Amino acid sequence: MSAGDIGVSPGDSSFAEAGPELIQLLTPEGERVEHPDYAINLSPEELRAIYRDLALVRRVDVEATALQRQGELGIWASLLGQEGAQVGAGWALEDQDMAFPTYREHGVAWCRKVDPLDVISLFRGCDNGSWDPLATKFNLYTVVIGVQCLHAVGYGMGIQRDGSDSAVLAFLGDGATSQGDVNESFVWASVFAAPVVFFCQNNQYAISEPIEKQSRIPLFQRARGFGFPGVRVDGNDVLAVLAVTRKALEAARTGQGPTFIEAYTYRMGAHTTSDDPSRYRLASEMEAWKLKDPIERVRAYLIRSGQADAAFFESIETESDELAARIRKGTTEMPDPDPSSMFANVYAEQTPYLREQAEQFAAYRASFVASGDGAPLVGSEA
Amino acid sequence: MASVTLGKAINMGLRKAMEDDPKVLLMGEDIGRLGGVFRVTDGLQKDFGEDRVIDTPLAESGILGTAVGLAMRGYRPVCEIQFDGFIFPAYNQIVTQVAKIHARSRGKMPMRIVVRVPFGGGIGAVEHHSESPEAYFSHTPGLKVVACSNPVDAYWMIQQAIRQDDPVLFFEPKRRYWEKADLDTAVEPEPLFESRLVRPGHDCTVLAYGPMVKTALQAAAAVEGEGRSLEVVDLRTLSPLDLGPVFESVRRTGRCVVVHEAPTNLGLGSEIAARITEECFYSLEAPVLRVGGYDTPYPPSKMEEDYLPDLDRILDAVDRSFTF
Repeated sequence: MSAGDIGVSPGDSSFAEAGPELIQLLTPEGERVEHPDYAINLSPEELRAIYRDLALVRRVDVEATALQRQGELGIWASLLGQEGAQVGAGWALEDQDMAFPTYREHGVAWCRKVDPLDVISLFRGCDNGSWDPLATKFNLYTVVIGVQCLHAVGYGMGIQRDGSDSAVLAFLGDGATSQGDVNESFVWASVFAAPVVFFCQNNQYAISEPIEKQSRIPLFQRARGFGFPGVRVDGNDVLAVLAVTRKALEAARTGQGPTFIEAYTYRMGAHTTSDDPSRYRLASEMEAWKLKDPIERVRAYLIRSGQADAAFFESIETESDELAARIRKGTTEMPDPDPSSMFANVYAEQTPYLREQAEQFAAYRASFVASGDGAPLVGSEA
Repeated sequence: MASVTLGKAINMGLRKAMEDDPKVLLMGEDIGRLGGVFRVTDGLQKDFGEDRVIDTPLAESGILGTAVGLAMRGYRPVCEIQFDGFIFPAYNQIVTQVAKIHARSRGKMPMRIVVRVPFGGGIGAVEHHSESPEAYFSHTPGLKVVACSNPVDAYWMIQQAIRQDDPVLFFEPKRRYWEKADLDTAVEPEPLFESRLVRPGHDCTVLAYGPMVKTALQAAAAVEGEGRSLEVVDLRTLSPLDLGPVFESVRRTGRCVVVHEAPTNLGLGSEIAARITEECFYSLEAPVLRVGGYDTPYPPSKMEEDYLPDLDRILDAVDRSFTF
């Protein structure tokens, strides 16, 4: 099959447009539209709760970015623009389902009731994430690109063997689809009909590299080659994301195997606070995506349909301010970790050699206090 | 003579290598338009084109695997691994293929591949961005491994590595990327696979490479006024090791401390200590002591200053070597 057979010619960037397969239930203007395969019926309370999650998740992100700029965090990976994809996916999860995030799923973390400060502690350099991945059913962040997709499939194989009715939601980005591990995870999920949904946020860039550097066909079309369905959803449409992901997870729970979801979205911010997107993309591109904002369309819909009034939006604004203040205080007052904790949990039971090393470390540190030198001259040579 | 940063020196070295040999290609993630996350390849795609400075798909095994094929066609791929901790998806290709194809093909297929790896900690990064994996590769026959410590070496060593007929793992001390030195591109460089005495002394020999060379020199300067004289050697080449000058030094000083950021257990220091013991046994006043990272996963950044060897820990080891 040549690229032409699927309506794409190499070098043609037109497929970067979302295309007619895009599933949408709420237009960027906030108009509810229907889709023959995906229905959703949410109460006004649920819609307002979704809006609240979207708004608070964005506020967490904005606050964390500011804290990084002020030197309180080492780095921050912003989810700006991807709130709809993440809150939609988070809402689709049932309590018993397991999620495998990358390092940007702060919105899914929020939906899994992970305290934002437990995420921020990672980016502050205190730990590798403070939350309990088993209790929250939200795995720890994974920094090496794509490796978690295989973990998700293995977890799903465990679910199959336990006869449980839960499913797994594996997050990945557009860049990760090039990784060998990710392609292996597709093979395994397909062959074993694992109860896994791959949720790919195509935010158009892998740091600086546009999607064309990873794929010559729309990503969702790859799933067919592995033997399971792929769908493309408007990643900035929280309702469509919820409907599509919910259906895919239900299929996984009922033994129908994996689904690949391409949530078509845009990374409005930098890759991380260390990145400078002005070096590789035009401001006009971002302006176009601003018009597709995932939160504004929900707000417009709520107002237009009379499901929320000014008082509601004010209350969210107030709550948002309170949350930001709590995060700021919690971050700046976050205690530094005890350095000796680096020796903890390296093994199920500490080896004698490592115990000896930990004791020497403690004695070495104590020697500075005892001699009145204060702290070691750390950082003086940096 | 221009003052350049270490990162810029590598950039200049890459540019020179590409000018000298049209078979030299650069491959990696974000190295083209962005110029690399550390800007080491800044401007090279603009000047040499997308065929020679390749923004690859996000797949490290793919980068090294295709580099093997390109090398078979006579190209000299220079692969950038964005951060040390991301080299492991490519580990299979490097260890089972890149390292062995020359031997397997009875010398018919030289693997003229350079793998550039920003390594080490001290920049406050998240997990997998601060590691020192050089021992894994030094342990693998067929690979050569070098580490530069300063801008002048960086400029020459990258060019020398690219001219090798063997695969070279080229470790770049990322926390030193922004440090400057005067670079004279007209002088004759020293050979690639030689260690170098960078500060003479007579009480104790301190061995270091990459980011720890500067730290070792600072330690030597710190105790100068106290009447203790440290001799510092920049190892530069990790495989093969060039220990002749080290043996000569240790025979004079009688004491030796090896420093690296990598975990101590089976780090380069272990091999070096064994060889010094074999060669200099009757000259040693104390066992060769190692100062390295602890044998734990690289910790979250708030703890990295406690994990990494520093001036104090080097001098503590020097002091201990005087207690035997």
